[in-house]
Amino acid sequence: MICRRTVVATVLAAAFGAPIAAHADGGRDIAQLREELRQVKQDYETRIRALEKRIEAVAAPQPTGGGGESVVPLSANRQDDTGTPDADSAGYASVPSAPAVPVAVSAPAASGSASTASAFNPAVSVILGGTFANLSRDPDKYRIQGFVPGGEEVGPGKRSFNLGESELMLSASIDPTFSGQLTASLASDNSVSVEEAFMQTHGLEDGVNLKAGRFLSSVGYLNNIHSHAWDFVDAPLVYQAFFGGQYSQDGVQARWLAPVDRFVELGAEAGNGGSFPGNGRNKNGVNSVAVFGHVGDDIGEGGSWRAGLSYLRTSASGRTYDDTDSTGTDVVNAFSGNSSLWIADAVYKWSPGGNATRTNLKLQAEYFRRHENGTLTYDTTGQSLGTATGSYSSAQSGWYAQGVYQFMPRWRAGVRYDKLYGGTTDIGLVDSGALSASDFSSLTSYNPSKTTLMLDFSPSEFSRIRLQIARDKSSPDEADRQIYLQYIMSLGAHGAHSF
Amino acid sequence: MKPLFIPHVPARWLASLFLTFMSLLALPAHAAVNVLGCEPEWAALATEIGGNKVRATSATTAMQDPHRIEARPSLIARTRNANLLVCTGLDLETGWLPVLLQQAGNPRIMPGQPGYLEAGTYVARLEVPTRLDRADGDVHAAGNPHIQQDPRNIARVAEVLTQRLAQIDPANAVYYRNRHRDFSHRWNAAMQRWNRQAVPLRGVAVVEHHKNMAYLLNWLGMRSVGTLEPKPGVEPSASHLARLAGQLRHDPARMVLRAAYQDPRASKWLADRAHVTPVVLPFTVGGSSHAKDLFGLFDDTIQKLLEGAR
Repeated sequence: MICRRTVVATVLAAAFGAPIAAHADGGRDIAQLREELRQVKQDYETRIRALEKRIEAVAAPQPTGGGGESVVPLSANRQDDTGTPDADSAGYASVPSAPAVPVAVSAPAASGSASTASAFNPAVSVILGGTFANLSRDPDKYRIQGFVPGGEEVGPGKRSFNLGESELMLSASIDPTFSGQLTASLASDNSVSVEEAFMQTHGLEDGVNLKAGRFLSSVGYLNNIHSHAWDFVDAPLVYQAFFGGQYSQDGVQARWLAPVDRFVELGAEAGNGGSFPGNGRNKNGVNSVAVFGHVGDDIGEGGSWRAGLSYLRTSASGRTYDDTDSTGTDVVNAFSGNSSLWIADAVYKWSPGGNATRTNLKLQAEYFRRHENGTLTYDTTGQSLGTATGSYSSAQSGWYAQGVYQFMPRWRAGVRYDKLYGGTTDIGLVDSGALSASDFSSLTSYNPSKTTLMLDFSPSEFSRIRLQIARDKSSPDEADRQIYLQYIMSLGAHGAHSF
Repeated sequence: MKPLFIPHVPARWLASLFLTFMSLLALPAHAAVNVLGCEPEWAALATEIGGNKVRATSATTAMQDPHRIEARPSLIARTRNANLLVCTGLDLETGWLPVLLQQAGNPRIMPGQPGYLEAGTYVARLEVPTRLDRADGDVHAAGNPHIQQDPRNIARVAEVLTQRLAQIDPANAVYYRNRHRDFSHRWNAAMQRWNRQAVPLRGVAVVEHHKNMAYLLNWLGMRSVGTLEPKPGVEPSASHLARLAGQLRHDPARMVLRAAYQDPRASKWLADRAHVTPVVLPFTVGGSSHAKDLFGLFDDTIQKLLEGAR
C-alpha cells in the first residue's frame, strides 16, 4: 500500500504543480484556469484509476528497481526481478537497476482510458497530395493514339497548381473473423468517391483469404497499390491505356497461400465488371473474372523478388468514347463485346544486407496484352454520317520497366520507360468499305512511348516531395514535355505497405 | 442465357502448374513447432527453450533496422506456416507485421492466440511518451520497443515463451520446462557475471545514435546525454550534430553508441570532433562475430562497452 500511495502522491504532485505555476505567472482569465484545472483533474483521475487497476492486477509482490507492473504473473514462485526462484539477488546489489536518469516506466499515457467508447474507433489515416504541373501540350487534347479511351485517370492532369486526391482511410477489425477498410477519395472538384470499401477475413484457416466489396484488383503488380505509394506521379501508360487508371472490382476475391516455404499464392476474383475496359451491364451473374498467381522468394540476404501472371476477362455493352470522323465532326462511338487481358509482372528489391535504410534498389516491370472482340457502333447519336454497326477486333500490348534507387538516406532517383503497341485493329465498317479508316481517327494504329525521370526527397517516412520530368510521346504529334512538383503527406495511423 | 465464361487457360499450362505445386508440397516439414521470431533475439530464445523440438527462424537479421523491413513474399510464406510468432511489438513492426498477419491466413498466430507472443507487453517499458505527436519524430505510443538489451527482460520473455511452447505443444511441455530451468540457471549466473563486469560503467555518459539503447543504459546505470538523430527516426543532420558537439563540450560523454545496422558516418563525425569513442554494439544476436547466441550477445556488449569506456 505504501507503494500505491507514493504513486498517487507523485501523480497528484505532477498534476497540480504545473497549473499553479501558470496561475502565479500571469493575469489570465480565472474561469479559463478553472476549466484547465478541471480537465487536468479529470485526466489524472483516469490515470490514477488505471494505475490502481494495474497495481491490483499484479499478483506477485512489487519487484524492485525498474519495476515490473506490466508483467503478467506466470508462475506463483517468482521471487525477484529475474523471475527465477533460485536466483541469487545479491549479485544485483553492486549495480542498482534504478535508472540514473529519470525515465518514465510504463506510464499509461496513451492507454489510460481504454474503456471509453472511442477506444474501438477505427484506425484513421489521411493522405494529402498536390502537384504543380508544367505541360508543354494542352492536356485537354491529350490522347493515347490507337487505344480506345476509357476510364478517368488518363492523361497528365491539369496545368499549374493542383490539389491531388485526398484519401481518407478507415480500417479496423470487425470481429474475430472479419476486418474492414474504407478508402474515400476526395477529389479537387469537391466530389467524393469510394475508392475501396471492403471486408476481408483475417486468420482464416490454411492460408485462405476472402475479400468482398469494392477493392483494387490484385491483377498485375501496381494495380492494388494506392497512388500515394507509387514511385512516380502518374500511372504507367499501360495502366492508363488498358485500365484507364487502376482496375477496381465490385465483387469478391479469394486467395490461397500454398503451405510451402516459398511464397506461392493463387487467387481469383469475380465482379460486376463495372470498371473499364468493361462497363456497367444490366446483367445477372458474374460480369468480370480475374485469376492470378504470384510466386516470390529471397535471393540471399539483400534481395527479394515477386513475379506474377494474371488474367482478366470482362465485357462491355455500349461502352462509348468520343472520336472525330473524316468530316471533322465530333461523334460518339460505342464498343460491345469481350475484353481479355494477360499481365505478366515482376518486381525485385535489393539493399545491402537487407538494410534498406541507407541505400536500396527497386526494379519493376509489367507486360500487358489485351484482346477485344465484339461490335463497334459508329456515331451512336446520329450527328454525322449516320449510325452504323460492324465487327471489331483488336490485339494490343504494352510494357513498362522502371528502376528506383535510393542513393542516400531520404533521397531516391528513378527512371521509367513506357511502350505501347497499337497492333492490328480490324474494324468491320472499314473492311466492308462502308466507312474509311479516317472516320475512326483515334484508333489509327500507333506505338506510343514515354520516358520519365524522377527525384524524390522524404524527410520522414510520412512525407515525400518529388520532382518528375517526362517526355510523353503518346500520339504522333509533338511530344509533351511534362514537369511535375509533387508532395505526398500521410497523417494519422501508420499504414503498413505490402511488398 | 449465356453460361458464365471461364478463362481460356491452356490445359498444358494448368497441368505444369499443378505438377510444380505437387512437387513443392512434397517438401518435408520436420520440426514439431515452427517458430518465427520477428527479431533475431526471439528466434535465439526459442532455440534456447525449444531445443530440437522447435525450428526457429528470424524475420530480420542484426544488420537490418527492424522498423524498416518490407513485408517480403518470403516472410508471408513463413508467417503462413508458423505455429508461434514471437515479436517485440510496441509498434516496432508496425510497418510490416500487419501485412504478414493479414496475408498469411494463419489463425494460430493471430493476436490473442497462444501462437502470438508480443514480448514487449511482458516487460517494464521505458520512455512511454506522455505526448503523442509525430512532430516529435517516430515515437512509439507504448514505450521504447528495444527491450532486448536488458537481460532481465530476456528472462521474463523466456518464462512466457516456455509457457506458450508448452501450450502449443503439450506433448513436450516437460521438455520445455526442463530446458527453461536449465536456461534460467545459466542465465542468472551470467547476469551476475555481467553485473560484476559492468561496475566500471556505472554513471558513464554516452551518446546514442537512435534512442534504442535505453534498456541497456537503464540496466547498467549509464547515462544518455544525447542522440545523433535530432528526433527518433529522423536522419542525423549536420546542424544537429554540430549542436551536439557543442553540447558535449560542457557535458562530455565517453562513448557514442550505435547498433550494428546503423550508418557509421554520423558516429565518426562526432567522434572526430568531440573526443568520444565510437562503439558498435551487436544490439542483437548475430550483430557481431561474438554475439552468436544470447549469452554471446551480452558478453560482447559488456566487453565492447568496457573497451569504449577505457
